[in-house]
Amino acid sequence: MTAVAAVAYTPQSYKSEVKPVWCPGCGDYSVLSAVTKALAKLELPPEQVAVVSGIGCSSRIPAYTRCYGFHGVHGRALAAATGLKVARPDLTVIAAGGDGDGYSIGGNHFLHACRRNVDMTYIVMDNRVYGMTKGQPSPTTEPDWDSKLSPHGTGLREFHPLVIALASGANFIARAFSGDPNGCADLIVQAIRTPGFSFVEVLSPCVTFRPEQRDWKTMAHPASVAPTDDPARAARRLMTDDGFNIGILYAGSRTPYRRAEAPRVATSALEQEFAL
Amino acid sequence: MTVKRRSNAPRKSAKRRAASAKEGFAQFMKRAYAMELEASARYADFSDQMEIANNREVAELFRKLAGIEKLHAKKILEQMGWKTPPTDLEPFRWEGLEGPETGEHSDLHYLMQPYHALQIALRNEERAAQFFASVARRKLPRAVLDAAHEMAEEEREHVELVKAWMARVPKPERGWDVDLDPPNVND
Repeated sequence: MTAVAAVAYTPQSYKSEVKPVWCPGCGDYSVLSAVTKALAKLELPPEQVAVVSGIGCSSRIPAYTRCYGFHGVHGRALAAATGLKVARPDLTVIAAGGDGDGYSIGGNHFLHACRRNVDMTYIVMDNRVYGMTKGQPSPTTEPDWDSKLSPHGTGLREFHPLVIALASGANFIARAFSGDPNGCADLIVQAIRTPGFSFVEVLSPCVTFRPEQRDWKTMAHPASVAPTDDPARAARRLMTDDGFNIGILYAGSRTPYRRAEAPRVATSALEQEFAL
Repeated sequence: MTVKRRSNAPRKSAKRRAASAKEGFAQFMKRAYAMELEASARYADFSDQMEIANNREVAELFRKLAGIEKLHAKKILEQMGWKTPPTDLEPFRWEGLEGPETGEHSDLHYLMQPYHALQIALRNEERAAQFFASVARRKLPRAVLDAAHEMAEEEREHVELVKAWMARVPKPERGWDVDLDPPNVND
Protein backbone atom coordinates (compact mmCIF):
# COMPACT_ATOMS: atom_id res chain seq x y z
CA MET A 1 0.00 0.00 0.00
CA THR A 2 1.34 3.44 -0.88
CA ALA A 3 1.00 6.09 1.78
CA VAL A 4 -0.10 9.45 0.41
CA ALA A 5 1.33 12.41 2.28
CA ALA A 6 -1.25 15.03 3.19
CA VAL A 7 -0.68 18.33 1.35
CA ALA A 8 -0.36 21.34 3.64
CA TYR A 9 -2.02 24.24 1.86
CA THR A 10 -0.98 27.80 2.68
CA PRO A 11 -2.43 31.01 1.22
CA GLN A 12 0.60 31.06 -1.09
CA SER A 13 -0.57 27.74 -2.60
CA TYR A 14 -3.44 29.62 -4.25
CA LYS A 15 -1.55 32.67 -5.53
CA SER A 16 -0.46 32.68 -9.15
CA GLU A 17 2.77 34.10 -10.56
CA VAL A 18 0.83 37.02 -12.03
CA LYS A 19 1.21 40.16 -9.97
CA PRO A 20 -1.96 42.23 -9.48
CA VAL A 21 -2.05 45.53 -11.34
CA TRP A 22 -4.47 47.22 -8.96
CA CYS A 23 -3.51 50.69 -7.71
CA PRO A 24 -1.28 50.68 -4.62
CA GLY A 25 -3.56 50.96 -1.60
CA CYS A 26 -6.55 49.33 -3.32
CA GLY A 27 -8.75 47.22 -1.03
CA ASP A 28 -8.85 44.39 -3.58
CA TYR A 29 -5.35 43.28 -2.54
CA SER A 30 -6.74 42.39 0.87
CA VAL A 31 -9.69 40.58 -0.67
CA LEU A 32 -7.31 38.46 -2.74
CA SER A 33 -5.39 37.73 0.43
CA ALA A 34 -8.64 36.84 2.25
CA VAL A 35 -9.74 34.48 -0.54
CA THR A 36 -6.41 32.63 -0.49
CA LYS A 37 -6.49 32.43 3.33
CA ALA A 38 -10.03 31.05 3.21
CA LEU A 39 -9.14 28.39 0.64
CA ALA A 40 -6.11 27.37 2.71
CA LYS A 41 -8.27 27.08 5.80
CA LEU A 42 -10.72 24.88 3.90
CA GLU A 43 -7.78 22.84 2.54
CA LEU A 44 -9.33 22.83 -0.91
CA PRO A 45 -7.00 21.63 -3.67
CA PRO A 46 -6.60 24.53 -6.15
CA GLU A 47 -7.72 22.30 -9.02
CA GLN A 48 -11.06 21.74 -7.29
CA VAL A 49 -11.86 25.44 -7.12
CA ALA A 50 -13.02 27.73 -9.93
CA VAL A 51 -12.99 31.51 -9.70
CA VAL A 52 -15.30 33.17 -12.22
CA SER A 53 -15.56 36.90 -12.86
CA GLY A 54 -16.97 39.55 -15.17
CA ILE A 55 -15.29 42.84 -16.08
CA GLY A 56 -13.76 45.55 -13.92
CA CYS A 57 -10.74 46.09 -11.69
CA SER A 58 -11.80 43.48 -9.14
CA SER A 59 -12.81 41.05 -11.88
CA ARG A 60 -9.15 40.51 -12.63
CA ILE A 61 -9.00 38.28 -9.57
CA PRO A 62 -9.11 34.86 -11.33
CA ALA A 63 -5.73 35.56 -12.96
CA TYR A 64 -4.15 36.11 -9.57
CA THR A 65 -5.08 32.67 -8.25
CA ARG A 66 -3.84 29.21 -9.16
CA CYS A 67 -7.40 27.87 -9.24
CA TYR A 68 -9.35 27.35 -12.44
CA GLY A 69 -10.40 30.76 -13.64
CA PHE A 70 -12.83 32.31 -16.09
CA HIS A 71 -12.64 36.03 -16.81
CA GLY A 72 -15.96 36.39 -18.56
CA VAL A 73 -18.01 39.17 -20.09
CA HIS A 74 -19.32 42.21 -18.27
CA GLY A 75 -22.01 41.39 -15.72
CA ARG A 76 -22.13 37.72 -16.63
CA ALA A 77 -19.96 36.21 -13.89
CA LEU A 78 -22.98 34.67 -12.17
CA ALA A 79 -24.40 33.23 -15.38
CA ALA A 80 -21.10 31.51 -16.18
CA ALA A 81 -20.60 30.41 -12.57
CA THR A 82 -24.13 28.96 -12.39
CA GLY A 83 -23.57 26.95 -15.56
CA LEU A 84 -20.25 25.70 -14.29
CA LYS A 85 -21.60 24.64 -10.90
CA VAL A 86 -24.57 22.86 -12.42
CA ALA A 87 -22.34 21.02 -14.87
CA ARG A 88 -19.60 20.31 -12.35
CA PRO A 89 -21.19 20.13 -8.88
CA ASP A 90 -17.95 18.64 -7.53
CA LEU A 91 -16.14 21.99 -7.93
CA THR A 92 -16.16 24.80 -5.38
CA VAL A 93 -17.33 27.75 -7.44
CA ILE A 94 -16.59 31.33 -6.45
CA ALA A 95 -17.90 34.22 -8.52
CA ALA A 96 -16.28 37.59 -7.92
CA GLY A 97 -16.43 41.13 -9.20
CA GLY A 98 -17.32 44.70 -8.46
CA ASP A 99 -20.45 46.70 -7.73
CA GLY A 100 -20.89 47.97 -11.28
CA ASP A 101 -20.43 44.54 -12.81
CA GLY A 102 -22.64 42.81 -10.28
CA TYR A 103 -25.44 45.26 -9.55
CA SER A 104 -25.81 47.21 -12.77
CA ILE A 105 -24.72 45.34 -15.87
CA GLY A 106 -25.21 42.04 -14.08
CA GLY A 107 -28.10 43.17 -11.88
CA ASN A 108 -30.64 40.83 -13.36
CA HIS A 109 -28.29 37.85 -13.04
CA PHE A 110 -27.75 38.81 -9.41
CA LEU A 111 -31.49 38.62 -8.64
CA HIS A 112 -31.92 35.27 -10.31
CA ALA A 113 -28.73 33.76 -8.91
CA CYS A 114 -30.10 34.55 -5.43
CA ARG A 115 -33.46 33.06 -6.43
CA ARG A 116 -31.97 29.89 -7.93
CA ASN A 117 -29.83 29.28 -4.85
CA VAL A 118 -27.18 27.25 -6.67
CA ASP A 119 -24.43 26.22 -4.26
CA MET A 120 -21.73 28.83 -4.85
CA THR A 121 -20.23 31.93 -3.29
CA TYR A 122 -20.44 35.40 -4.77
CA ILE A 123 -17.91 37.97 -3.54
CA VAL A 124 -18.55 41.57 -4.52
CA MET A 125 -15.76 44.08 -3.94
CA ASP A 126 -17.86 47.22 -3.53
CA ASN A 127 -16.08 50.56 -3.87
CA ARG A 128 -19.15 52.49 -5.01
CA VAL A 129 -17.53 53.59 -8.27
CA TYR A 130 -16.57 52.36 -11.72
CA GLY A 131 -12.80 52.49 -11.24
CA MET A 132 -11.58 50.84 -14.42
CA THR A 133 -13.45 53.28 -16.65
CA LYS A 134 -12.23 56.29 -14.66
CA GLY A 135 -14.70 57.04 -11.94
CA GLN A 136 -18.32 57.05 -13.05
CA PRO A 137 -20.95 56.61 -10.31
CA SER A 138 -22.09 53.03 -9.86
CA PRO A 139 -25.39 51.68 -8.48
CA THR A 140 -24.08 51.88 -4.90
CA THR A 141 -22.66 55.41 -5.19
CA GLU A 142 -24.14 57.87 -2.72
CA PRO A 143 -26.62 60.28 -4.40
CA ASP A 144 -24.64 63.36 -3.33
CA TRP A 145 -21.17 62.18 -4.42
CA ASP A 146 -19.94 65.20 -6.30
CA SER A 147 -17.38 64.48 -9.01
CA LYS A 148 -16.37 65.79 -12.37
CA LEU A 149 -18.41 63.09 -14.05
CA SER A 150 -21.42 63.57 -11.78
CA PRO A 151 -21.54 67.26 -10.84
CA HIS A 152 -23.61 67.77 -7.64
CA GLY A 153 -24.12 64.01 -7.46
CA THR A 154 -26.50 61.75 -9.30
CA GLY A 155 -29.42 62.46 -6.98
CA LEU A 156 -30.31 58.79 -7.33
CA ARG A 157 -31.06 56.52 -4.42
CA GLU A 158 -28.37 53.86 -3.91
CA PHE A 159 -28.97 50.20 -4.66
CA HIS A 160 -29.10 48.10 -1.47
CA PRO A 161 -27.52 44.80 -2.49
CA LEU A 162 -27.95 42.98 0.82
CA VAL A 163 -31.66 43.78 1.03
CA ILE A 164 -32.11 42.75 -2.61
CA ALA A 165 -30.18 39.53 -2.00
CA LEU A 166 -32.41 38.68 0.96
CA ALA A 167 -35.62 39.47 -0.90
CA SER A 168 -34.44 37.42 -3.87
CA GLY A 169 -33.65 34.32 -1.82
CA ALA A 170 -29.89 34.23 -1.15
CA ASN A 171 -29.21 31.69 1.57
CA PHE A 172 -26.24 33.40 3.22
CA ILE A 173 -25.60 37.13 3.39
CA ALA A 174 -22.56 38.76 4.93
CA ARG A 175 -20.69 42.04 4.80
CA ALA A 176 -16.92 42.17 5.16
CA PHE A 177 -14.30 44.92 5.11
CA SER A 178 -11.08 44.66 3.14
CA GLY A 179 -9.18 46.34 5.99
CA ASP A 180 -9.89 43.21 8.04
CA PRO A 181 -8.53 40.46 5.76
CA ASN A 182 -8.58 37.82 8.53
CA GLY A 183 -12.20 38.56 9.38
CA CYS A 184 -13.03 38.66 5.67
CA ALA A 185 -11.35 35.24 5.22
CA ASP A 186 -13.50 33.82 8.05
CA LEU A 187 -16.68 35.10 6.40
CA ILE A 188 -15.64 33.61 3.05
CA VAL A 189 -14.95 30.27 4.76
CA GLN A 190 -18.45 30.29 6.25
CA ALA A 191 -19.97 31.39 2.95
CA ILE A 192 -18.33 28.48 1.11
CA ARG A 193 -19.32 26.02 3.84
CA THR A 194 -22.97 27.11 3.78
CA PRO A 195 -24.91 25.21 1.10
CA GLY A 196 -26.73 27.31 -1.47
CA PHE A 197 -26.06 30.79 -2.81
CA SER A 198 -23.82 32.73 -0.44
CA PHE A 199 -23.31 36.41 -0.95
CA VAL A 200 -20.41 38.30 0.62
CA GLU A 201 -20.32 42.03 0.05
CA VAL A 202 -16.85 43.39 0.80
CA LEU A 203 -16.33 47.10 1.39
CA SER A 204 -13.17 47.58 -0.64
CA PRO A 205 -11.96 51.19 -0.96
CA CYS A 206 -10.94 52.71 -4.29
CA VAL A 207 -8.09 54.97 -3.21
CA THR A 208 -7.72 56.49 -6.67
CA PHE A 209 -11.23 57.74 -7.42
CA ARG A 210 -12.69 57.70 -3.91
CA PRO A 211 -9.71 58.57 -1.64
CA GLU A 212 -12.17 59.54 1.10
CA GLN A 213 -12.95 55.82 1.42
CA ARG A 214 -9.65 55.42 3.32
CA ASP A 215 -11.81 56.55 6.28
CA TRP A 216 -13.84 53.35 6.08
CA LYS A 217 -11.34 51.84 8.49
CA THR A 218 -12.78 54.08 11.20
CA MET A 219 -16.37 53.42 10.14
CA ALA A 220 -16.54 49.63 9.70
CA HIS A 221 -17.61 47.88 12.89
CA PRO A 222 -18.66 44.35 13.87
CA ALA A 223 -22.41 43.72 13.71
CA SER A 224 -23.72 44.04 17.24
CA VAL A 225 -26.27 41.26 16.79
CA ALA A 226 -25.91 37.53 16.20
CA PRO A 227 -26.67 36.15 12.72
CA THR A 228 -30.31 35.29 12.19
CA ASP A 229 -32.07 32.64 10.12
CA ASP A 230 -35.32 34.60 10.23
CA PRO A 231 -35.74 36.52 6.94
CA ALA A 232 -38.19 38.99 8.49
CA ARG A 233 -35.78 39.91 11.28
CA ALA A 234 -32.88 40.06 8.77
CA ALA A 235 -34.93 42.37 6.55
CA ARG A 236 -35.61 44.75 9.42
CA ARG A 237 -31.92 44.78 10.30
CA LEU A 238 -30.77 45.34 6.75
CA MET A 239 -33.28 48.11 6.11
CA THR A 240 -32.00 50.05 9.10
CA ASP A 241 -28.38 49.09 8.63
CA ASP A 242 -25.75 51.87 8.50
CA GLY A 243 -23.93 50.11 5.68
CA PHE A 244 -20.85 49.41 7.82
CA ASN A 245 -22.04 46.47 9.93
CA ILE A 246 -19.53 43.66 9.43
CA GLY A 247 -20.43 40.02 9.89
CA ILE A 248 -22.98 37.40 8.90
CA LEU A 249 -26.29 39.20 8.59
CA TYR A 250 -28.43 36.28 7.46
CA ALA A 251 -27.84 32.52 7.31
CA GLY A 252 -30.83 30.52 6.12
CA SER A 253 -31.45 26.86 5.46
CA ARG A 254 -32.99 26.77 1.98
CA THR A 255 -32.21 23.63 0.05
CA PRO A 256 -29.77 24.46 -2.74
CA TYR A 257 -30.80 23.98 -6.34
CA ARG A 258 -30.25 20.50 -7.70
CA ARG A 259 -30.56 19.68 -11.34
CA ALA A 260 -33.57 17.46 -11.93
CA GLU A 261 -32.35 14.08 -13.08
CA ALA A 262 -33.93 12.91 -16.31
CA PRO A 263 -35.62 9.54 -15.82
CA ARG A 264 -33.18 6.82 -16.81
CA VAL A 265 -34.32 3.86 -18.84
CA ALA A 266 -32.41 0.62 -18.68
CA THR A 267 -31.25 -0.80 -22.02
CA SER A 268 -33.15 -4.00 -21.29
CA ALA A 269 -36.37 -2.01 -20.99
CA LEU A 270 -35.72 -0.41 -24.39
CA GLU A 271 -35.03 -3.80 -25.90
CA GLN A 272 -38.34 -5.04 -24.53
CA GLU A 273 -40.12 -2.06 -26.04
CA PHE A 274 -38.77 -2.81 -29.50
CA ALA A 275 -38.98 -6.56 -29.24
CA LEU A 276 -40.61 -8.08 -32.27
CA MET B 1 -4.20 20.37 61.52
CA THR B 2 -6.53 20.84 58.60
CA VAL B 3 -5.42 22.79 55.58
CA LYS B 4 -8.05 24.97 53.99
CA ARG B 5 -8.13 24.93 50.21
CA ARG B 6 -8.42 28.41 48.71
CA SER B 7 -10.90 27.44 46.02
CA ASN B 8 -13.11 24.59 44.99
CA ALA B 9 -11.16 24.10 41.79
CA PRO B 10 -9.04 20.95 41.74
CA ARG B 11 -5.37 21.76 42.39
CA LYS B 12 -3.01 21.06 39.56
CA SER B 13 -0.04 18.85 40.23
CA ALA B 14 3.42 20.37 39.71
CA LYS B 15 3.86 18.15 36.67
CA ARG B 16 0.60 19.36 35.11
CA ARG B 17 1.49 22.96 35.88
CA ALA B 18 4.85 22.55 34.15
CA ALA B 19 3.18 20.93 31.12
CA SER B 20 0.62 23.72 30.93
CA ALA B 21 3.37 26.38 31.20
CA LYS B 22 5.30 24.65 28.41
CA GLU B 23 2.19 24.60 26.24
CA GLY B 24 1.53 28.27 26.99
CA PHE B 25 5.09 29.14 25.98
CA ALA B 26 4.80 27.21 22.69
CA GLN B 27 1.48 28.93 22.00
CA PHE B 28 3.02 32.34 22.63
CA MET B 29 5.95 31.59 20.32
CA LYS B 30 3.52 30.43 17.61
CA ARG B 31 1.75 33.75 17.93
CA ALA B 32 5.05 35.63 17.65
CA TYR B 33 5.92 33.53 14.61
CA ALA B 34 2.52 34.25 13.00
CA MET B 35 3.03 37.95 13.63
CA GLU B 36 6.45 38.04 11.93
CA LEU B 37 5.19 35.93 9.05
CA GLU B 38 2.15 38.14 8.46
CA ALA B 39 4.34 41.25 8.57
CA SER B 40 6.78 39.73 6.07
CA ALA B 41 4.01 38.69 3.68
CA ARG B 42 2.49 42.17 3.81
CA TYR B 43 5.80 43.91 3.08
CA ALA B 44 6.29 41.53 0.15
CA ASP B 45 2.79 42.49 -1.09
CA PHE B 46 3.70 46.17 -0.73
CA SER B 47 6.88 45.60 -2.68
CA ASP B 48 4.93 43.96 -5.53
CA GLN B 49 2.50 46.87 -5.58
CA MET B 50 5.30 49.41 -5.80
CA GLU B 51 7.02 47.43 -8.54
CA ILE B 52 3.83 47.49 -10.60
CA ALA B 53 3.61 51.26 -10.00
CA ASN B 54 7.23 51.51 -11.21
CA ASN B 55 8.32 52.95 -7.86
CA ARG B 56 11.44 50.82 -7.73
CA GLU B 57 13.21 52.50 -4.84
CA VAL B 58 10.31 51.95 -2.45
CA ALA B 59 9.70 48.46 -3.86
CA GLU B 60 13.28 47.54 -2.99
CA LEU B 61 12.93 48.97 0.50
CA PHE B 62 9.74 46.99 1.16
CA ARG B 63 11.45 43.86 -0.17
CA LYS B 64 14.26 44.42 2.34
CA LEU B 65 11.76 44.85 5.17
CA ALA B 66 10.00 41.63 4.09
CA GLY B 67 13.35 39.85 4.26
CA ILE B 68 14.09 41.21 7.74
CA GLU B 69 10.72 40.03 9.10
CA LYS B 70 11.24 36.65 7.47
CA LEU B 71 14.56 36.35 9.28
CA HIS B 72 12.81 37.11 12.57
CA ALA B 73 10.29 34.35 11.85
CA LYS B 74 13.13 31.96 11.02
CA LYS B 75 14.86 32.84 14.26
CA ILE B 76 11.76 31.78 16.20
CA LEU B 77 11.66 28.48 14.33
CA GLU B 78 15.30 27.83 15.24
CA GLN B 79 14.84 28.94 18.83
CA MET B 80 11.93 26.54 19.26
CA GLY B 81 13.62 23.72 17.36
CA TRP B 82 10.65 23.50 14.97
CA LYS B 83 11.85 21.72 11.86
CA THR B 84 8.75 22.75 9.91
CA PRO B 85 6.66 25.87 10.44
CA PRO B 86 3.65 25.36 12.71
CA THR B 87 0.51 24.92 10.64
CA ASP B 88 -2.13 25.74 13.27
CA LEU B 89 -1.71 29.52 13.03
CA GLU B 90 -5.08 30.45 11.56
CA PRO B 91 -7.20 30.87 14.70
CA PHE B 92 -5.03 33.74 15.99
CA ARG B 93 -6.93 36.92 16.51
CA TRP B 94 -5.25 40.18 17.34
CA GLU B 95 -6.50 43.10 19.36
CA GLY B 96 -6.67 45.15 16.18
CA LEU B 97 -7.87 43.94 12.80
CA GLU B 98 -4.47 42.52 11.92
CA GLY B 99 -1.20 41.58 13.56
CA PRO B 100 0.51 44.43 15.45
CA GLU B 101 3.43 44.43 13.02
CA THR B 102 1.35 44.37 9.81
CA GLY B 103 1.08 47.47 7.66
CA GLU B 104 -2.23 48.56 6.16
CA HIS B 105 -2.81 48.44 2.42
CA SER B 106 -4.54 51.80 2.50
CA ASP B 107 -1.33 53.49 3.67
CA LEU B 108 0.29 53.08 0.27
CA HIS B 109 0.51 55.71 -2.42
CA TYR B 110 2.04 55.13 -5.83
CA LEU B 111 4.25 58.22 -5.45
CA MET B 112 5.34 57.48 -1.89
CA GLN B 113 9.00 57.86 -1.01
CA PRO B 114 11.36 55.75 1.13
CA TYR B 115 10.65 58.03 4.09
CA HIS B 116 6.95 57.13 3.92
CA ALA B 117 7.77 53.43 3.76
CA LEU B 118 9.94 53.83 6.85
CA GLN B 119 7.12 55.68 8.61
CA ILE B 120 4.97 52.60 8.05
CA ALA B 121 7.77 50.38 9.35
CA LEU B 122 8.21 52.61 12.40
CA ARG B 123 4.51 52.41 13.29
CA ASN B 124 4.62 48.64 12.90
CA GLU B 125 7.69 48.23 15.13
CA GLU B 126 6.20 50.53 17.76
CA ARG B 127 2.97 48.54 17.80
CA ALA B 128 4.91 45.27 18.04
CA ALA B 129 6.93 46.61 21.00
CA GLN B 130 3.70 47.69 22.73
CA PHE B 131 2.13 44.28 22.06
CA PHE B 132 4.99 42.32 23.63
CA ALA B 133 5.26 44.79 26.51
CA SER B 134 1.54 44.32 27.23
CA VAL B 135 1.96 40.53 27.21
CA ALA B 136 4.90 40.89 29.61
CA ARG B 137 2.59 42.68 32.08
CA ARG B 138 0.01 39.87 32.20
CA LYS B 139 -0.21 37.01 34.66
CA LEU B 140 1.40 34.32 32.54
CA PRO B 141 3.97 31.54 33.01
CA ARG B 142 7.50 32.80 33.70
CA ALA B 143 8.85 31.47 30.36
CA VAL B 144 6.23 33.48 28.44
CA LEU B 145 6.95 36.65 30.42
CA ASP B 146 10.70 36.29 29.85
CA ALA B 147 10.23 35.75 26.12
CA ALA B 148 7.78 38.68 25.90
CA HIS B 149 10.25 40.95 27.74
CA GLU B 150 13.01 39.91 25.38
CA MET B 151 10.86 40.44 22.29
CA ALA B 152 9.61 43.82 23.50
CA GLU B 153 13.24 44.83 23.98
CA GLU B 154 14.13 43.60 20.48
CA GLU B 155 11.22 45.51 18.95
CA ARG B 156 12.30 48.68 20.78
CA GLU B 157 15.77 48.21 19.25
CA HIS B 158 14.09 47.94 15.84
CA VAL B 159 12.24 51.18 16.52
CA GLU B 160 15.58 52.90 17.09
CA LEU B 161 17.08 51.29 13.98
CA VAL B 162 14.19 52.48 11.83
CA LYS B 163 14.48 55.98 13.31
CA ALA B 164 18.19 56.01 12.46
CA TRP B 165 17.35 54.83 8.96
CA MET B 166 14.79 57.63 8.61
CA ALA B 167 17.40 60.19 9.56
CA ARG B 168 19.45 59.07 6.57
CA VAL B 169 16.76 59.41 3.90
CA PRO B 170 15.42 62.73 2.64
CA LYS B 171 12.16 63.96 4.10
CA PRO B 172 9.51 64.31 1.39
CA GLU B 173 8.96 67.85 0.22
CA ARG B 174 5.55 69.47 0.14
CA GLY B 175 3.58 68.34 -2.88
CA TRP B 176 5.33 64.97 -3.10
CA ASP B 177 2.03 63.43 -4.23
CA VAL B 178 1.36 65.93 -7.01
CA ASP B 179 1.22 64.14 -10.35
CA LEU B 180 0.99 66.24 -13.51
CA ASP B 181 -0.54 63.27 -15.31
CA PRO B 182 -2.57 61.57 -12.60
CA PRO B 183 -4.29 58.24 -13.18
CA ASN B 184 -7.65 59.59 -12.05
CA VAL B 185 -8.01 62.27 -14.70
CA ASN B 186 -11.32 61.77 -16.47
CA ASP B 187 -11.33 64.44 -19.14
